Amino acid sequence: MSPPLPPDARTAPADLRIARLRLAYDTPRGPHTVVDGFDLALPAGRIGCLLGPSGCGKSTVLRAIAGFEPVREGEIHVGERLVSSPTVHVPPEARQVGLMFQEYALFPHLDAAGNVGFGLRRLPRAARRQRVREMLALVGLGDMAGRYPHELSGGQQQRIALARALAPAPALILLDEPFSNLDGATRERLTAEVRDILRAAGQTAVLVTHNAAEARAMADFVGVMHGGRLKDWTATQD
Amino acid sequence: MPGPLASRLPAGLRPVGPLWRGASVLIALGVLAPVLSLAWLAAGSSLAHWTHLLAHVLPSAALNTAVLLAGVGAMVLVIGTGCAWLVTACDFPTRRVLHWALLLPLAMPTYIVAFAYLDLLHPLGPVQGVLRWMLGYDSPRQWRLPDLRTMAGAIFVLGLVLYPYVYMTARAMFMTQPAHLLEAARSLGETRWGAFRRVALPLARPALAVGVSLALLETLNDIGASEFLGVNTLTVAVYTTWITRSDLAGAAQIACAMLAVVVMLVLLEQHGRRHQRFGSAQRMRAIRPRPLQGAAAWGACALGWLPVLLGFAAPAAYLAWESYKRLSLGGGVSAGLVASLANTITLALGVTVAAVLAGLVVAWAVRHTASTVRTPRWPARLASLGYALPGTVLAIGLLTPALGLDALLARSLGLPGLPLMAAGVVLVAACAIRFLAMPVGGIEAGLARIPPALEQAARSLGETPLGALRRVHLPLLRPALAASALLVFVDAMKELPATLLLRPANFDTLATWLYAEAARGTYEEGAIAALAIVVAGLLPVAWLARTQLALPHVDALPAPE
Repeated sequence: MSPPLPPDARTAPADLRIARLRLAYDTPRGPHTVVDGFDLALPAGRIGCLLGPSGCGKSTVLRAIAGFEPVREGEIHVGERLVSSPTVHVPPEARQVGLMFQEYALFPHLDAAGNVGFGLRRLPRAARRQRVREMLALVGLGDMAGRYPHELSGGQQQRIALARALAPAPALILLDEPFSNLDGATRERLTAEVRDILRAAGQTAVLVTHNAAEARAMADFVGVMHGGRLKDWTATQD
Repeated sequence: MPGPLASRLPAGLRPVGPLWRGASVLIALGVLAPVLSLAWLAAGSSLAHWTHLLAHVLPSAALNTAVLLAGVGAMVLVIGTGCAWLVTACDFPTRRVLHWALLLPLAMPTYIVAFAYLDLLHPLGPVQGVLRWMLGYDSPRQWRLPDLRTMAGAIFVLGLVLYPYVYMTARAMFMTQPAHLLEAARSLGETRWGAFRRVALPLARPALAVGVSLALLETLNDIGASEFLGVNTLTVAVYTTWITRSDLAGAAQIACAMLAVVVMLVLLEQHGRRHQRFGSAQRMRAIRPRPLQGAAAWGACALGWLPVLLGFAAPAAYLAWESYKRLSLGGGVSAGLVASLANTITLALGVTVAAVLAGLVVAWAVRHTASTVRTPRWPARLASLGYALPGTVLAIGLLTPALGLDALLARSLGLPGLPLMAAGVVLVAACAIRFLAMPVGGIEAGLARIPPALEQAARSLGETPLGALRRVHLPLLRPALAASALLVFVDAMKELPATLLLRPANFDTLATWLYAEAARGTYEEGAIAALAIVVAGLLPVAWLARTQLALPHVDALPAPE
């Protein structure tokens, strides 16, 4: 098990390689396979998108990359590092993979600054404060540091969740249906904002959505998930 | 919620008149009466009393109480939270049974566990006998365990019985914590332990505060275990000051000091409840227990069962064995014990009827006065405060008004002696006040689930307000009424401090019978009395396990997508 790198190391964005991935979960009638023969390659600094209807297994793939689902077959590499296979499982906290949840998963007992600084515990206090300020400014919420999640709108919560995921400078960031809880106009505006933020940070990112327009607006690579496999993993044209 | 529902009712359909409201206010004031009387009694006595108490009684009793509360608080917090997290976050053999078995010590009144352990761990008892045999010693003079009759022994015994209060609240909180919060912490670099410490635990803090304060209120209420184990707490001091020294004013003054502790604990509990929104702040995908393998699985299993073994199985098995021995050796059951059982059931039935009726009046009146009164819930809040009053405090507070009323009745009706005290009415009233919170809360929750449209439909079909209550609400409230009645009945069966102080002459319940046996150091029939109380106590535990800790959304977890 590798120890986590200090966040101030500002990890260089890493590429993501997934080969022959099979994922299943246990049911009372035995294991039920949801993803099988899944392959993907995403270059460093690019944004990829898994598109597909609800229940097709795209969030399960994301959770497996983050380290929350065991891999039955195949391998997941982040950069040069093998993080998941049937015999290797790097724990989520040691992967340097940030995850932004569909429900945002903001800690209700911490304010916005506390949430953004959560993953920066190993930094000295001054550096941590500085990084939190930078991140809040990056998502345009510099004046909301003291607000608690329930005092923020849906869009603001979404941006705090993004800032929190970006703050430790992960090698890879995963976004699980990040705009599904927002109304149409806010979603359109934030899609562009998030894309710009990720590009500005040169961040490798994988986005999961069932909205084709959102996928094309954000991603450099788009693939459609069907029957537990990824089809047509192709570059979009800017 | 009573407020909005009632405010939607047109004035003509409002089914509660001033009579209901008046009755509910009277009941609430009845709960307050012992506190006011206590203050009056304490303030009315001479300053010399206070000086004496401050010099000789209060310092040691207060210190003992503080140490006991701190020790029990720490123990219930560690065991309750640890077990709750273990069965929430880990999967291991027997977890599903352990999940509810951890509640079993709730069936054990504190004085019964103390009674059982004193005998079980006696230098000539079975445990020390086996240990000496294993170590090759012949007599207790050569080797014996430290005496249980110490502060540490009292903390150990009370902690083992009271941890379920924290377990229950913490478990309910952990079950509703969204899994993605812990996953977010892990993806931000925290280990499993770190995610528990920095996310799960702070989010559960309000629930833990509620659980600890309930356990500490029970500690403060305890008289039997503390006395058996030789720890002179404030509760014991109240009892001995009144009964041994016949000093009612002194007892009232000590009781006032206890009230200060009660107020602090109630404030802690209220503060905890105020922040409980943490639990359901976000959409829910429950924490999935992580399967443990091999030694870790069996280690978790052993760790989880240890509190059940020590807090329930060992003392219960001991009581069962002693009862079996007594019955099989032809000792039988004495007429006195049978009479105590009959008294216990009569008392518990009386308390149940009184508390459930009073609870119904308060909850019904509160539900229907929201549109006309600015703070409609205060009678319910006040009526529910009795649970925080230790039995001894309640008894002393109730005594003066009860004696006054008794004297008035005796004079006006020409009856001899103290009619209400002798008939056990004062004892029933004290227990009903103490346990009123359960029916008030249960019936309020039950009423909140009945839509106002049902009342309107009944009224539009020609029913009077009382008729609607009888034909619509009472049938729908049956589960809430039954649950409240069960909880009150069993708690009244177990009640010791107030019963000791307020029972009529020559009136014993199973609890006071057991107390007398333990005080005399004779344990012949005590085990049978204790076993009967424990068996009755299992009923509400089974109900709690079914209703409060139902498992479906934890184990039948949906797959992530």
